[in-house]
Amino acid sequence: MNNNKQSPLLLEDGRRLDGRQFNELRPISMSTGVLERADGSCYLTWGNNKIICAVYGPRELHPKHLARPDRAIVRVEYRLATFSVGERKSPAPRRREYELSKIIAESINSIIFLEKFPNGTVDVFITVLDADGGTRCAALTAASLGLADAGIPMRGLVTGCAVGKIGDNIVVDLSDVEDKEGQGDMPVAMIYNTGEITLLQCDGKFTTNDVKEGLKLAKEAIHDVYQMQRKAVIAKYSKIEELSKDTNDEEE
Amino acid sequence: MRSEQILGNLERKHLTDLLAKGKRVDSRDFMEVRPIEILPNVIKKAEGSAMVKWGKTVILAGVKTTLGTPFPDTPNDGVITVNIEISPISSPAHESGPPGPEAVEIARVVDRGIRESKVIPMKDPRLCVIPGKKVWILFVDIYVLDDGGNIIDAAALAAMAALANTRLKKVEIDEEGEDATLLEETEPLPRNGSVASMTYAKINDYIVYDPNLNEDRAKNARFSLAITNEGIVCSMQKGESGVFTENEIETLLDQASIHVKRLNDLIEQTSQTGEFNEMFSI
Amino acid sequence: MSILVERNQLVIPGEIIARGSGLKTAGGVYRREINNQTEIVASMIGLAQVRNDRVGVVPLEGCYIPLEGDIIIGKITRVGITSWNVDIRGPYVGMLRVGNVIDRDFDSLRESIDRILQIGDIIKAEITYFDRTRDPVLTLHGRGLRKLTSGRLIEVDPVKIPRIIGKKGSMIQLLKNMTGSQINVGQNGRIVLKANNIDLENLVERAIRKIEAEAHTSGLTDRIRDYLEKEKERLSNRSNKDE
Repeated sequence: MNNNKQSPLLLEDGRRLDGRQFNELRPISMSTGVLERADGSCYLTWGNNKIICAVYGPRELHPKHLARPDRAIVRVEYRLATFSVGERKSPAPRRREYELSKIIAESINSIIFLEKFPNGTVDVFITVLDADGGTRCAALTAASLGLADAGIPMRGLVTGCAVGKIGDNIVVDLSDVEDKEGQGDMPVAMIYNTGEITLLQCDGKFTTNDVKEGLKLAKEAIHDVYQMQRKAVIAKYSKIEELSKDTNDEEE
Repeated sequence: MRSEQILGNLERKHLTDLLAKGKRVDSRDFMEVRPIEILPNVIKKAEGSAMVKWGKTVILAGVKTTLGTPFPDTPNDGVITVNIEISPISSPAHESGPPGPEAVEIARVVDRGIRESKVIPMKDPRLCVIPGKKVWILFVDIYVLDDGGNIIDAAALAAMAALANTRLKKVEIDEEGEDATLLEETEPLPRNGSVASMTYAKINDYIVYDPNLNEDRAKNARFSLAITNEGIVCSMQKGESGVFTENEIETLLDQASIHVKRLNDLIEQTSQTGEFNEMFSI
Repeated sequence: MSILVERNQLVIPGEIIARGSGLKTAGGVYRREINNQTEIVASMIGLAQVRNDRVGVVPLEGCYIPLEGDIIIGKITRVGITSWNVDIRGPYVGMLRVGNVIDRDFDSLRESIDRILQIGDIIKAEITYFDRTRDPVLTLHGRGLRKLTSGRLIEVDPVKIPRIIGKKGSMIQLLKNMTGSQINVGQNGRIVLKANNIDLENLVERAIRKIEAEAHTSGLTDRIRDYLEKEKERLSNRSNKDE
């Protein structure tokens, strides 16, 4: 581990500006089923990020010419709210939003059993209401829960977390300022249960060893985030469970 | 058209049969409003924000401020612009894409209420910082997150509540009066009172206040008004293809004058509280 | 073969339910080969079940997948020349031909089928044919199948319908008997209910929502019975006070 004391992103004792250690995540919370109209939904906070995701589907696809006769398609809209960033952003999507929508859709494509719904579509709408770095991984993590909440059959949940490089050190979960001022950013997403990587990008300057170390660190972080996803689902049903008595199974 | 936009004939009949008996589907009186909650200060990056939960409708408004040049025809006025996104998040019936005519109408109606009421004093020196050169530009952006009916009133309330919680950075003007520097310290956006919107839906011959989702789909006509806390009507909008009689409009004017008080009170209770709130309690 | 979860344990997609060979599957799971071993993995949020050597997950969330023989409640969304499109919820659009509605001959040149069924009409129909590659085929020929003209329509999660009906119809019978109401249940998660007054209708709807929310718990029938008794008493006390 290098200790570049001159990095403005590190405090004197080696901690990051917000007091975190290199392998520490920001506070994260998640809950599902928060919207009435959507088939599935998830509200997720990650540090100062606030993300709402609504899933509709599988449902009929309009316009029909986009339909595939052998399977459903996945459409993802990732959008930043105008007030979610420092300078007000025009509501019209920018190229970054189109790119992120595409890579999130591709990540989701690899987990859903789309062949079960030919000619259909699974529509995932994600809006970042408050942005503070690492939104694509948080968005994908939320989308995963939204899909499960909608009852879409999947191989497993996708979980994301970015790693990055600041002061020559590989750290987990970059905040906005660390992303802007640091040496590199590497978003990662995996199907936790199988270890398959469904999203991987980087921008910055990494040695190949950096990347390998980053992947290891990301995997550990993803383990923790996955546990939170699991807890979020179970929490929704446990609340109701508490109301019921624990008698023997009587029907079904 | 998506099948979700078609109101089933059974639902329509059930609704109108109940109205004939003087009842509404959700057991409200004809002139009764649904439960309303305002959560101010929910977005850290916004200079002002509020989430409104109105019945099952959930709407989020955020205000972003920037110091810029005024419009040439109003050199001594701050600028306010209102935009609404009826996001496909909010309903299976809403398509993605730029705002359509429905969204544009709602944005303009909400804008009109705020602008004509003059509750935000555009010529105030805190907003018109250097006349002709530097004014505050307020972007009010409204996102519909869950459509449970009556978007107009909930959007107007969210916009007003977000403005009521907006804070502007203090400005230091240089000696020549040419340039302004932003300081870190903030002050509340100047505001004189508040304005709120009331919407009435006409279904056959019956008029109800604050239509829920099915009433919204069943209505033949709608009438919305914006009234200030001083009882001044500053905007009216009759919508849809049905008609109102003069008597009906007069009755609604009286009703709205009663209904507005509650909404304006809610704005004052949740204004500049300074506390941050969580949008969906977890 | 090893079962890795407890009976009725809440599982999420990706969790391994069982490992080994010779395992048969029910719904809500998929099979995966890893290191020459077969794993049965959950594909939905639901309750793990092992019954008669079949491993599966009873889903707690999901859309409606048509099954031949299902009785559903649909909404006419399009009127054609000799057939209608029917919204049955979910990704599949039902098809209803005029020959499956009326008994007499139909001349499409002289008659328009919207005199029989219009856009927005709510119907109770049966699914007579479905394979995923084509639209499900519906019929109104059958006992109780018809256009529904009165009552309150509510929509619930389709996966909760079995719980709302109950074993051998026990739950739905309980609701009907205790409130004197008529309840038409569609497998696709639509329910049309009718009671003598609005208070009873509201009560039936509340009870159905309660079953929907607590579908994954046990002892539900007793709890619903208690709930209905209490609520009915509260309603009669209230009306006694009014007199």
